Amino acid sequence: MSKAWTFGENMNTDEIIPGRYNITIDPLELAKNVFCEVKPEYAANVKPGDIIVGGQNFGCGSSREHAPIAIKGSQAKCIIAPSFARIFFRNAINIGLPILECPEAVADITEGDDVDVDLATGQIFNHTNGHQYQANALPDFVLKIADAGGIVNFLKTHDIQELMMNAEG
Amino acid sequence: MGTLIEEIFGRRAGRPVQAGEILLLDVDYIMSHDNTTPLAIKAFRDIGKPILDKNRIVLHLDHAYPAPNVLAAENHKKIIEFVREQGLPHFYHQGVCHQVMLEEGFITPGAIVIGADSHSNTYGAMGAFGSGLGSTEIGVAWITGKCWFKVPETIRIELTGKAQPGVYAKDVMIYIAGLLGMDGGTYRSVEFGGEYIDNLPMHERIIFPNMSTEIGAKCGLIAADDVTIDYLETQTPAKGPFEKIRPVNPRYERVLEIDVATLSPQVACHPDVDNAKPLEQVEGLEVHEVYIGTCTNARYEDIEIVARMLEGKRVNEFTRVIVTPASDRIYKKAMQNGLIEILLNAGCTVTGSGCGACIGRHGGILAAGERALTTMNRNFIGRMGSPLSEVYLASPATAAATALTGRITDPRKILEIL
Repeated sequence: MSKAWTFGENMNTDEIIPGRYNITIDPLELAKNVFCEVKPEYAANVKPGDIIVGGQNFGCGSSREHAPIAIKGSQAKCIIAPSFARIFFRNAINIGLPILECPEAVADITEGDDVDVDLATGQIFNHTNGHQYQANALPDFVLKIADAGGIVNFLKTHDIQELMMNAEG
Repeated sequence: MGTLIEEIFGRRAGRPVQAGEILLLDVDYIMSHDNTTPLAIKAFRDIGKPILDKNRIVLHLDHAYPAPNVLAAENHKKIIEFVREQGLPHFYHQGVCHQVMLEEGFITPGAIVIGADSHSNTYGAMGAFGSGLGSTEIGVAWITGKCWFKVPETIRIELTGKAQPGVYAKDVMIYIAGLLGMDGGTYRSVEFGGEYIDNLPMHERIIFPNMSTEIGAKCGLIAADDVTIDYLETQTPAKGPFEKIRPVNPRYERVLEIDVATLSPQVACHPDVDNAKPLEQVEGLEVHEVYIGTCTNARYEDIEIVARMLEGKRVNEFTRVIVTPASDRIYKKAMQNGLIEILLNAGCTVTGSGCGACIGRHGGILAAGERALTTMNRNFIGRMGSPLSEVYLASPATAAATALTGRITDPRKILEIL
């Protein structure tokens, strides 16, 4: 099963990973201290595929990518929140950490629920209470980046202009 | 036709644009610093394609400079090696990146500048688009010279009236943060205007775009006018002609009107920037450190206010009072005009320029149970050190008044004596 880990509103980048730990860019090193102040038990107990369920304005604060990298390094599958701070949103997309906006899911999921996500459709399943939620669809160019596993991988084989094909207009 | 951001993006797109559109635009400059450049280098190397235009890349060492530990030193070394390897022409370690970007004339009206730092919004003070992005996108932009943007909706903040003595742009902005909340401007362009802004000198204007970040804004903009052009022509090497781009028949999502005459000095209290209170409500609260620095409030005029208020006095003996000029140029001018001597005589510690204590890595870290009052823009838990410390944000005048007593003090009490 994949477990839901819930967090409050306005979770900022310092709370995700305090600035004093940003002396490395190694995802696994960063993951050792992810959420260390707001949920100290997370880093030691998170399992690959677990789901982060955040409050509104998740990831506000600094532009530091250490925050989404630390979460990705912890092997969480994705983040669900009602809304994300804009730089965090971009950063998560760009490093290939899926994020879904779904207020209904956030309101209904409690910590420890067995939750699964179909990233292709945006469907979220709560196996603990049997509920199902539909996340907002991601824009086409965002899906292109996510599908490639991040912008870096996308650009290895594509030109930046290809990002916007069929998206502009 | 449109809001200021639509006018700026439209010029670059070569056609009128509207909020909601997604654009892939050329960027003029791509900024990053010691905290964020290593990851940009990693993205750049991973992609494996060459830099498009070296002239557009601006790199700074400011966040932990000079290095306070071996890891930071290794970071700096890696960046310096990269600068030499690639032959990059714009490399600085002479103060906070945003201040140096302004001083060196990289920021002009209508410019589109991205930075791997959330306070890149600062550039909006020149009527430029400045916005913070992550390192990966910076590495991408080195190669492509482009970045994708969704044209944001605009919140217009119309500031009217004249501020009372002792009330500064910082007080007004803290009030706005309290009003709108930390996500009140998320994904929006926040346009600051009105007669209060029109009459404000550049060093005070900068506060608004700089702290638009704290309400989640994509950018904070002030339309270029004579004050902007005068700053560019007299304070920077930027070459004109400069266009005074203004909103034309704009459609705003929301317009907020604030009469600044009604405001008293404000303090953003622990632990969030939107926890804004009139100073009276927290007056007398003990602080252990007063920190005057950062891209928000460590310009010459800020240091001048502090020096004037501390001249011939001594700061509280149990309060660390630290002044970190935003740039070497500011430091030099403050030294030439005797301000540094005044600060030292008053018992302040003056450090080299840079980001200093703002990110809790050096130059004034807080212990558990300690409280700082600072001219910074951000007061998240653990920002300046121990997660059990507290950070309060205020104007340089409030910082100076507080330095004298060791307790949060209304600057108007000190200013009255002057």
